[in-house]
Amino acid sequence: MRSDVQARVAGAATLVGALCLVEALIRAGAINRFVVPLPSQILAAIPRIVDEEHVLARFGQTSLEVLWASVLLVVVGIPLGVLLHRLRIARAAFETWVGALAAAPLVLMYPLFLVLFGRSTTTIVMIGFAAGLAPVILKTLEGLVSTREVLLDVGRSFRLTPRQQFTKILLPAALPAVFVGMRLALIFAMINIVGVEFLINFGGLGQLVNELAERYDLPGMYAAILFVVAVSVVFYDLTARLERWLRPNG
Amino acid sequence: MAAAERVSAGRVFTLRAAVVAFVLATWEAVSLSGLLFRDVVPSLGAIARALVRTLGSAEFYGHLAVTAGEVGAALVIGGAAGLVAGIALGSSRFLSRAYEPYVYYLGPTPKIIFFPVMIMWFGVASGSKIAMGAISCFFPIAISAAAGVRAIDDVLIRVGRSFRASPWQMATRIYLPAMRAALVNGLRLGLGVAIIGTLLAETKLSNRGVGYLIIQSYATFDMPRMYALIIVLFVLSIGANALLGRLAESRR
Repeated sequence: MRSDVQARVAGAATLVGALCLVEALIRAGAINRFVVPLPSQILAAIPRIVDEEHVLARFGQTSLEVLWASVLLVVVGIPLGVLLHRLRIARAAFETWVGALAAAPLVLMYPLFLVLFGRSTTTIVMIGFAAGLAPVILKTLEGLVSTREVLLDVGRSFRLTPRQQFTKILLPAALPAVFVGMRLALIFAMINIVGVEFLINFGGLGQLVNELAERYDLPGMYAAILFVVAVSVVFYDLTARLERWLRPNG
Repeated sequence: MAAAERVSAGRVFTLRAAVVAFVLATWEAVSLSGLLFRDVVPSLGAIARALVRTLGSAEFYGHLAVTAGEVGAALVIGGAAGLVAGIALGSSRFLSRAYEPYVYYLGPTPKIIFFPVMIMWFGVASGSKIAMGAISCFFPIAISAAAGVRAIDDVLIRVGRSFRASPWQMATRIYLPAMRAALVNGLRLGLGVAIIGTLLAETKLSNRGVGYLIIQSYATFDMPRMYALIIVLFVLSIGANALLGRLAESRR
């Protein structure tokens, strides 16, 4: 335990040390300060991007896009997973296709989405949705398929109707896997949403980074990037906690 | 699984063919009906012609070579760095506790936002695209390598030690062969994100590469060509992924 704490301190110390080294090298002129701004300047820029660039409002906008994408994922992705489970032939035909979809670089289709939906929030939400769809379908299917046979037999011996069998037995048994899928999907959606905001210069946090880069406001740009990293870390951590909390015997 | 096998192969094929035919027919119908803005949904014939024209032009292969070179360089740089970092993190508890959280935290951030920084550091030419690809593939490869090292059977390591293997011998004779499956898996994930990182950077700012061709088709509203390029890109990247997947399975 004590060595763990020492290790964490060592890790944090390396980070702080590296920043101090960069600061010193820039001040000494070894690194061009028009390429890498001083770490102290970046820190000083944080209040500025909160006040003048409304980073919190932009964070809200990005969160709203992620929320819309996740609503779509729940409404479309989970039923598709259920459908693949119910219809054996559909599963035999399309499970590998969905797997290939999961490996496809969907975000590269963003010019196509731009043509279909314009440079708008719809494009951003749809790309987030497309990025997360495959994991939701596959994990929902996996959860339903791996429901223990004993549970299904219990349902049968109580003569549950197919509908009851689904709502009382299958769905609750599959829920942990569904949440794993939703978490993966949310992370993919978030990454792609911020990325596309940056690429098409529209929307929340991604656009802010792009705008500050185009204005050549280096400390502001680095501060905004730092903010995006912080948001991803918090998001990743929160969903991991939620997943652990929802898992029955975890 | 047994349930899925009971479905006859013929019916599966029919269903797949029917779905593909339905999608294509709907597409063609929408295209002919003019319901959507003209040229947004070009006819299948136009897309096929653009596909043939693209694949037949020397210009396309020039751009493809640029992109392939960038992705390859990114995979070599990011992969080597990820491998070294992953083995270091996996084999030392101290290093893992000290630095692994940062790897896990930076892993799921959208890498493309670092692109303006990479432009400042490596210039607007291929350098910044390679850097984007390398940053993207560093994380999955490092995480897989670390997990691979931890999964190595202790006995193998003790055998190596008792033969007094040098660190280099330990790496090449014990660690790397034992981690093969984890490494191929990491490489597969890494290739996918390296392609995405490099191509997104190309669409944002460049004058060469497949990403540039796609965004140029968009800018000049040459929709058939854009669809053709996206189809080629998807076939190539799904193919590369499937090839690596087969490699992982066949040699096990």
